[in-house]
Amino acid sequence: MIDREQVLHVARLARLRLDEAEVEKMAGELSGILEHVDRIGELDLDGVEPTSHVVELENVLRPDRPRPSWPRDVVLEPAPDPADGAFRAPSPQADSQ
Amino acid sequence: MSGLLELTVAEAAGRIAAGEIAAGEYFDAWRAAAAGDELNAYLWRAEDGVEGTGGPLAGIPVAVKDIFCTEGVPTTAGSRILAGYAPPYTSTAVRRLGEAGARVLGKTNMDEFAMGSSSENSAFGPVLNPWDRGRVPGGSSGGSAAAVGGGLAPCAIGTDTGGSIRQPASLCGIVGLKPTYGAISRYGMIAFASSLDQCGALTRDVTDAALLLAALQGRDPCDSTSVGIEGGVEAPSREDLKGLRFAVPGELARDAIDSGVRAVFEATLETIERLGGAITEAPLPHAEHGISAYYVIAPAEASSNLARYDGVRYGMRAEGAGDLTEMYEKTRAEGFGAEVKRRIMLGTYVLSSGYYDAYYGRAQRVRTKIASDFAAAFAEFDFVVTPTSPSVAFGLGEKTDDPLAMYMSDFFTVPMSLAGLPAISIPAGLAEPDGGGPRLPVGFQIVAPAFAEQRLLEAAFALEREIGFDAKPGEGAGG
Repeated sequence: MIDREQVLHVARLARLRLDEAEVEKMAGELSGILEHVDRIGELDLDGVEPTSHVVELENVLRPDRPRPSWPRDVVLEPAPDPADGAFRAPSPQADSQ
Repeated sequence: MSGLLELTVAEAAGRIAAGEIAAGEYFDAWRAAAAGDELNAYLWRAEDGVEGTGGPLAGIPVAVKDIFCTEGVPTTAGSRILAGYAPPYTSTAVRRLGEAGARVLGKTNMDEFAMGSSSENSAFGPVLNPWDRGRVPGGSSGGSAAAVGGGLAPCAIGTDTGGSIRQPASLCGIVGLKPTYGAISRYGMIAFASSLDQCGALTRDVTDAALLLAALQGRDPCDSTSVGIEGGVEAPSREDLKGLRFAVPGELARDAIDSGVRAVFEATLETIERLGGAITEAPLPHAEHGISAYYVIAPAEASSNLARYDGVRYGMRAEGAGDLTEMYEKTRAEGFGAEVKRRIMLGTYVLSSGYYDAYYGRAQRVRTKIASDFAAAFAEFDFVVTPTSPSVAFGLGEKTDDPLAMYMSDFFTVPMSLAGLPAISIPAGLAEPDGGGPRLPVGFQIVAPAFAEQRLLEAAFALEREIGFDAKPGEGAGG
């Protein structure tokens, strides 16, 4: 039901690189799971509201008071490549470097 | 020292409060026990003892699922992508336990990002079941369940998205409590499926579960969906079930349940009647579609939540990528395991253009139907009861090649998660696996209306007392 092309398309959307073996396996596994899921297609759900939150909540508000945020060095500490007080990442365009 | 390890948390807390035991001595006894972990239950263990704590849980060691952020302590969620990560802050759940006097004994192994029902999806190796090391402890909170069931911790916390506290509790012969969605703050709990994730307790008995819940529950400004439990939680004391009405779902596919599990379930229904409770079959027509709805909604939310692991702000980054997109793709390919990739793919697919209404929209409507089924049942009954898991603990590797078979082990726990309801699994007896072999624990699940935790705990307490489950790993061989 899900073919190779669809797997590759979704993998691109999800920013996941899959190797050849993973692509083949994923196509079969996702098809199997969706085949089971498709049973909900048989239910009559006309006029049924979708659930977005299970517990009824009014808008939750708090006073808008400034608080100190975390120090920059604490936030940068777990980063793989901090530089000059910022998160460093490769350029979005490969040939710009 | 072994005498200390036999106390329940409530007993130990009482003796510590009375000055009969020193908090530090109790904590150290458990540190020594945890050091003997042969189940791969722990990913990190406390190196220091405790001193100078006070409060209702003073000196109580808690095994904490490695999905809860703990300042300065490694927190991996069972994933290679977070290997070595030490968060700069502590989750509200762990902080509240600390304020009650409890201390983190260790961080427990789990299915990667809580995705799994066997704890085999950990990047750090599978957890073994304390009753039979050739079998899984359940998942995803398998490390927490194995630690408590295997005598490596007096109590633990975990998370339950579709059964991840109740199912491993059932498979390890302990109590697992999933509170109402919103009872406990999710702040600092690494997100899997935010509309379903809920923190809860894994304990030796119902009283200990109540004790942990009392400390954990409450509104938190850092989680706007947290509301707490009005009136708090007290130790349960009820001794009978007179006047209480229990519903067994009429659609409960009895033939999908292992015969040994079914026998324990039927015997527990008789125990309920003996205590004065009434058992009636009641319709819950959409519950059987729970797995379908869940495996659309949970992966959809996961695919969004896990977008944050991009190799930029924390965690690992793959080497040798030429540009930003390649870095993202390589990092996620190397950092995530097979099940996490599968769910990200599934979630991205069902949310993608052209499929959203057919899958996500429909699943959210099925969720509404499941919740209304429960609402109708609770108009007539006090509780709904089911087996927690269709089988006892299954073998390591038995379901790893068949994702759908693995998903079906959450058949009885997923509907309550979709409806946001509180549910508890208590050990109800032992049963042989369908293929034969030594007897293993069987859990019994009780479900209550939203925020009716106190009533749920009272009923579970009365039932637990009457069942008198006292088997321990190594003694359950049954000849």
